[in-house]
Amino acid sequence: MPAYAKTGAVIAVLLAIGAGEACAQVKLGAVLSVTGPASFLGDPEKKTLEMYVDHINTKGGVNGQKLQLVVYDDGADANAARTFATRLVEEDNVVAMVGGTTTGATLAMIPVFEEAQIPLISLAGAVQVIEPVRKWVFKTPHTDRMACQKIFADLKQRNLTTIALISGTDAFGKSMRDQCVAVAPQAGISIAHEESYGPRDSDMTPQLTNIKGKPGVQAVINPGFGQGPAIVTRNYRQLGITLPLYQSHGVASKQFIELAGAAADGVRLPASALLVAEKLPANDPQKPVVVAYTDNYQQKTGQPVSTFGGHAYDGLMVFVEAAKRAGSFDKAKVRDEIEKTKDFIGTGGIVNMSPNDHLGLDLSAFRMLEIKGGDWTLVQ
Amino acid sequence: MSELLQFAFSGLTVGAVYALVALGFTLIYNSCEVINFAQGEFVMLGGMTTVFLGLAGVPLPLAACLAVVVTVAVGLALHRLAIEPARGSGAVVLIIITIGASIFLRGAAQVVFDKRFHSLPPFVGGDAIRIAGAAILPQSLVVLAGAVIILVLLWGFIERSLIGKAMVATAANELAARLVGIDTRATVGLSFAISAAIGALAGILITPIALTSYDIGTLLALKGFAAAMLGGIGSAVGAVVGGLLLGLLEAFAAGYVSSQYKDAVAFLVILIVLLAMPRGLFGRPPVERV
Amino acid sequence: MSAVVVLLPLVLPSAYYYRVAALVFVFGLAAVGLNLLMGFAGQVSLGHAGFMGIGAYAVAIGPTHLGLPSWLCIVGGAGLSALVAFVVGRPILRLKGHYLAVATLGFGLLLAIAFSNEARFTGGPDGMAVPRLVVFGFSVRGAQAWYWITAASFLIGAVLALNLIESPSGRALRAIHDSEVAARVLGVDVARMKLTVFVVSAVYASVAGSYFALLNGHITPDVSGFLRSIELVAMVVLGGLGSVAGSLVGAALLVMLPQTLTSLHDYEHMALGLIIMGVMIFLRAGIVPTLARALRRA
Repeated sequence: MPAYAKTGAVIAVLLAIGAGEACAQVKLGAVLSVTGPASFLGDPEKKTLEMYVDHINTKGGVNGQKLQLVVYDDGADANAARTFATRLVEEDNVVAMVGGTTTGATLAMIPVFEEAQIPLISLAGAVQVIEPVRKWVFKTPHTDRMACQKIFADLKQRNLTTIALISGTDAFGKSMRDQCVAVAPQAGISIAHEESYGPRDSDMTPQLTNIKGKPGVQAVINPGFGQGPAIVTRNYRQLGITLPLYQSHGVASKQFIELAGAAADGVRLPASALLVAEKLPANDPQKPVVVAYTDNYQQKTGQPVSTFGGHAYDGLMVFVEAAKRAGSFDKAKVRDEIEKTKDFIGTGGIVNMSPNDHLGLDLSAFRMLEIKGGDWTLVQ
Repeated sequence: MSELLQFAFSGLTVGAVYALVALGFTLIYNSCEVINFAQGEFVMLGGMTTVFLGLAGVPLPLAACLAVVVTVAVGLALHRLAIEPARGSGAVVLIIITIGASIFLRGAAQVVFDKRFHSLPPFVGGDAIRIAGAAILPQSLVVLAGAVIILVLLWGFIERSLIGKAMVATAANELAARLVGIDTRATVGLSFAISAAIGALAGILITPIALTSYDIGTLLALKGFAAAMLGGIGSAVGAVVGGLLLGLLEAFAAGYVSSQYKDAVAFLVILIVLLAMPRGLFGRPPVERV
Repeated sequence: MSAVVVLLPLVLPSAYYYRVAALVFVFGLAAVGLNLLMGFAGQVSLGHAGFMGIGAYAVAIGPTHLGLPSWLCIVGGAGLSALVAFVVGRPILRLKGHYLAVATLGFGLLLAIAFSNEARFTGGPDGMAVPRLVVFGFSVRGAQAWYWITAASFLIGAVLALNLIESPSGRALRAIHDSEVAARVLGVDVARMKLTVFVVSAVYASVAGSYFALLNGHITPDVSGFLRSIELVAMVVLGGLGSVAGSLVGAALLVMLPQTLTSLHDYEHMALGLIIMGVMIFLRAGIVPTLARALRRA
């Protein structure tokens, strides 16, 4: 019967492809959102991982073995991520995974890796990934809560206490907005007004007009990533709003400045040292690492460096260092070594993990930057 | 008052793009009863091609013209390679084909271009113009003016030229048109070409304001389709009114109701309008042959 | 069909394949329901994933916020979907053709937006965890268990659908598809039949959505998104409008293609688009009907 034949044929093809993957190398998995709404994050991550796995292999690999990177694109779809996670565990027999670009995808994949007892180093931003601490789950990017805290600290320094929020309704924007609302009371900040916009919207003047019309607002924070914040920033200047504007680390790429143009002047945001690599003082411990990464990335891809790629670099290196310390690729041993990561200098900061802290970064890992004259500058 | 004006201008600017996309839908639907879900990709191609040609060193006005040419070529290819071979299939089949085409075009754009988002310098630079307390970008006015010009040109073409009349004839009754000697296949191809051109122009006009990337097509197609249905599929006036109305609905919903639910409010209003007027605002009443 | 289902595990090597097969059955179930609406009654719905979303969030919210057992939530979700379909369907089904398409599109979008925004209940855009299904004290875990559950459900759904099609109601449906005016002349209560099939297809989608959520252990708002709805429509049309076996084939195609095309990396989407276009151009009645016709002729 045709239906069965067709189904059987497709399954046979699938089996053939699956069987063909068997190889003697050590496999590192990566489920990234290379296409789709989070491709702004996933694409640099993929490029970084590929670049550095090649680099490591030309230097002889890890523990005498070459690494093979297995990348799957989940398109920011949690269901696809879950399927690929099962595929990595069952079919590709990976020893660890660096990935999960979005929080949704990561949360969907966590049960698979916890059950298979394979270390997962996530590249997602939300604090829920490592809170509560799960034995096999780690992450490298700063949490959204840290971003809020860093911004609030800067606001207090400037004696600004009443703010308005305009956030993207995408996962990144929403979870950071939730964290800001949760942390604001402790920080002594009051949120006078909130607006939101869709990640693909092209004009935010209605929302900003409402914020402009709200009395008492002293500063505005814009949690979001991708094109939204660039448009918000342009609209902000278009409407002539002079209040201080804070962006999130979701815009941490030179492209934001290019797209927002002159409107970006005076905007502040928390970001990793990666963005101001050349401007760091010579004795800054992160300087060599971030300068090297920046040069490599820009040379290899021809695109400006992005902190999301930097997080992928950190994740890969944490794994590699842990594997070297463990002397093998035994999953439990590598996991233990990841947890013991101390004074690891990454692009995101200096990582010190512990059984209660599977991120390893504190607020000092975030630098407060201000955009001046079309470039990043450090705020002292 | 200044708030109202600000919202109105925001809505009209975005609405102009929806209107142009909806117009593209209507043109193709009128000529061959196909809902072309790849319409949004025409907008994307217009903007992205211009950006990349510009990055390659081509002066922007020339890049824009070339972008329109490229998009028209893609539209013609879509008709010749994907729609023509499936003539006679049911409406749903053709819709799935156009959806497959939009997936293909998006995938190709990722490979040919890149996955980042881009901008173009505004045609008319400078700061926002202040009108009665509202701040409007000069480029917004360019978008609105551009939409009006395209409409006028299209109307002139359809009403006044022989080819335009041939298109109307094909839309009214294909068999009769063929009997009269009109090459209906070429006419339908022409409608694809014009739709592609309109889409590309919309993309080029809006990129300085709304930025562009490889995947802006999907949401635009969705909203353009909704706008076309709101206005009444088959009516060019309806498409334009529907598009502007949708833009205004979104802006007012964001400003006055809730920015979180602005898309929901817009669609709710569309639903209510359709329930009250099942043929859309300007749609023709149906003639069902039994 | 049952033979394939029972024999398939003999060739499936690992949990990954069981999982993919289970997904095929889940989407197949939703597709069968949608096929009843589109293939037999001839009504287009571009928002059917909304009902999948209702079923999915029912088994997420029910146990987490209300403390109800999961199996009850599957039933509850189906009931809720039926109610929503009834309430929404009455006015909407008066619309025809593309207008109905836009109305259902709007409906699906409204649900997706609500799921994404009401983070207090739904966990927002990042979604929420779905507690495991517990049946008679046994916690259902593992892809194999889900394979059998979804396969059995699909077979039951398919049998019910086939029965409906062969029944007088089914014939009435097909009459409506051919010509609503003629059907009304024959005495068919068109409005009531359309509403019935809309509700039935909503229940199919809801149960499929519940399985989807339980199978994944985590649910995000894009389960009821526009792209998911389009995917369902594509499955129905690719497999063959009006063919229950076709729904399974269409589901198999669209679930497995992204898995098989991963080796193409950057060209994956281009290939997917080409395949969809190719199938529709060359097998325009859908895969199963075209092949069946070819085999009959040979």
